Amino acid sequence: MTNASSSTKGQGSAPAFYNNPHIRAVFYQILLVAALGYFLLTIIGNTLANMEARGIKTGFDFLTTTAGFDILMSLIPYDASYTYLDTFYVGLLNTVLVSAIGIVLATIVGFIMGVAYFSPNWLIRKASVVYVETFRNIPLLLQVFFWYFAVLAALPNARNSLNLGDAFFLNIRGLYLPKPLEEPGAMVVYVAMAVAVVGTWFFVRYAKKKQDLEGTQLPTFRISLAILLGLPILATLVMGVPFHLEYPELKGFNFRGGITIIPELMALAIALTIYTGAFIAEAVRAGIQSVPKGQTEAARSIGLKDSKIMKLIIVPQAMRVIVPLLNSEYQSLVKNSTLATAIGYPDLFTVFVGTSLNQTGQAIEIVFMTIAVYFAVNMTISFCMNWFNRRVALVERK
Amino acid sequence: MLKKLTTAAAVLSMGIAASAQAGTLDDVKERGMLSCGVSTGLAGFSQKDEKGNWSGMDVDVCKAVAAAVLGDANKVQYKPLTAKERFTALQSGEVDMLSRNTTWTLTRDASLGLNFAGVNYYDGQGFMVSKNLGVKSALELDGAAVCIHAGTTTELNLADYFRANGMKYTAITFDTSDQTRAGFESGRCDVLTSDQSQLYAIRIGLKNPSNAVVLPEVISKEPLGPVVRQGDDAWFNVVKWSLTAMIEAEYLGLDSSNADKMVKTGSPEQQRLLGVEGDSGEKLGIGQKWAYNIVKQVGSYGESFERNVGKGSPLQISRGQNAQWNKGGLMYSNPIR
Repeated sequence: MTNASSSTKGQGSAPAFYNNPHIRAVFYQILLVAALGYFLLTIIGNTLANMEARGIKTGFDFLTTTAGFDILMSLIPYDASYTYLDTFYVGLLNTVLVSAIGIVLATIVGFIMGVAYFSPNWLIRKASVVYVETFRNIPLLLQVFFWYFAVLAALPNARNSLNLGDAFFLNIRGLYLPKPLEEPGAMVVYVAMAVAVVGTWFFVRYAKKKQDLEGTQLPTFRISLAILLGLPILATLVMGVPFHLEYPELKGFNFRGGITIIPELMALAIALTIYTGAFIAEAVRAGIQSVPKGQTEAARSIGLKDSKIMKLIIVPQAMRVIVPLLNSEYQSLVKNSTLATAIGYPDLFTVFVGTSLNQTGQAIEIVFMTIAVYFAVNMTISFCMNWFNRRVALVERK
Repeated sequence: MLKKLTTAAAVLSMGIAASAQAGTLDDVKERGMLSCGVSTGLAGFSQKDEKGNWSGMDVDVCKAVAAAVLGDANKVQYKPLTAKERFTALQSGEVDMLSRNTTWTLTRDASLGLNFAGVNYYDGQGFMVSKNLGVKSALELDGAAVCIHAGTTTELNLADYFRANGMKYTAITFDTSDQTRAGFESGRCDVLTSDQSQLYAIRIGLKNPSNAVVLPEVISKEPLGPVVRQGDDAWFNVVKWSLTAMIEAEYLGLDSSNADKMVKTGSPEQQRLLGVEGDSGEKLGIGQKWAYNIVKQVGSYGESFERNVGKGSPLQISRGQNAQWNKGGLMYSNPIR
């Protein structure tokens, strides 16, 4: 048959297509995907059929109906007359907010504590070790409870608030700050801020180029800071301070006006920061230790100060170890933010999987949407960190 | 590979389908144990003492069903559920029934695949405030911070009430009744809102109950009752008529102390309830002495009420709308014949 005919035609001709290993490999891949697809479709179909048989409502129609409940904190306009889809956005933004605060603060705390491990000062070094070992080994939920029920709940009530200059108030209901309100001319200040940021970027590039060409160093940090702060302040003064502050005032039961930072947000952000910071400190320590000792010795031999060695020689090389670890710490932080539900911070999990799910009973749809969100957020973080990782890796190779 | 996968899919789907159609009544008889979803702890309705014994009005409904089906009111396995967990637990078959101060609403009845088997407590939502606020009416609560139990009808009623009266508030939601109370006690909120019966129960759990007052306004109707899965009519009937038997027993003047005597000397109506006459048990698919077991082991509705939330309890709630229909209340049992 085929074998016979091919042998008669000689050795140059190709084997039959179904004996081609590449085609076979692709064929089996397609078969596997089709089987998995069929499996999933069967499960989905069965679930839907059974839910209908049991009289459980399905579909995404509920998203356009009025939610009818209020949410403690929202970054976008929301009240009880908005829809379930809006509760989704409110929860999503609150999750993003607490995660962003947590990531920024945990990175700062983690880097400081990680570098502190190498301090020549005994006390600072030990403080770093104690911090890492304590907070890394206590369950996060317990830490959330500690900050919420032990620390923040011990604050005084609204009438006996801790008061700083009649502008800042701290009590059990939260932290109240004055809120800057715009007046005409505020736009100029915003433009000045934007100009300052762009200007700083160009200046840093110029300074680096100058150093590469001429070897002269400019005080980059101080000049950048001067541009970043000076320009907006100058603009504000020139425009005659186009802002006024709205101070929080005690009216009736609570403070009104100003900006309120609810204790649930504070407790969760503090707990996430301190917990994740301990892991980041370990990542930073590992990164620094991965840089061979010879690098430090070489840097010393050319006369660099210890602080410069850390900044210019060690940390840039350590980054390639630190960044992949940071990636997974950031992702954990986002997932850990669902512990919000324990103290009632209205994140996506509390609002959408909690209240919305309970009021509509549409568990499968809501859980599916929420899974998709956490997946997407973490994929985004992963994408950004991988991009950043490629950059630090390239820098190292130069 | 394909064969294995399709087999797996078929097994899975059959599993789902089987649990959807299985008779809960047969399951319970076979298991010899009733699995009943109750609250995580609410004085007067479902609470656990130091020895691990559950008691309360909602617990008595579980006990009544166990007594009717299994002949023993103690053959109940209690599953404490938060408000957020309860419906999923029932839908998924984790519990046979829910007796967990759950409000009967259209959405729950029509879109969750559940059926309400009657009402064992007519409640309404109210407010509790700290005494030193000096508030006399709920209409003075503009701007207040309010603690609520998440995933309840309370959340929706609260929003409606404040919106209707043009008032603003801050809602702080908690997962369990205990956490809500802790939030109120710590001063995180000015007001705690819940069903009236729960307010009294939460109030006696406070460190200093006399510091809190319950405001007079009742802002909603909250008919609370046991819930079963939709599409299992035999089981639905058993739960519905077990509750009815408790109410009917009180109406007929039966209770746990006189049940044995009335089996011999009672009126035809009493004897029919106690299973001396008629075949009510057979029709329900349970023993002929089902209602006798309920009355003897759990007691009548009136007994359960007074023991758990009324005169015999620290809550001291009056019968009010939960009195029998011929005494000015709403408790009305359909005829057992």
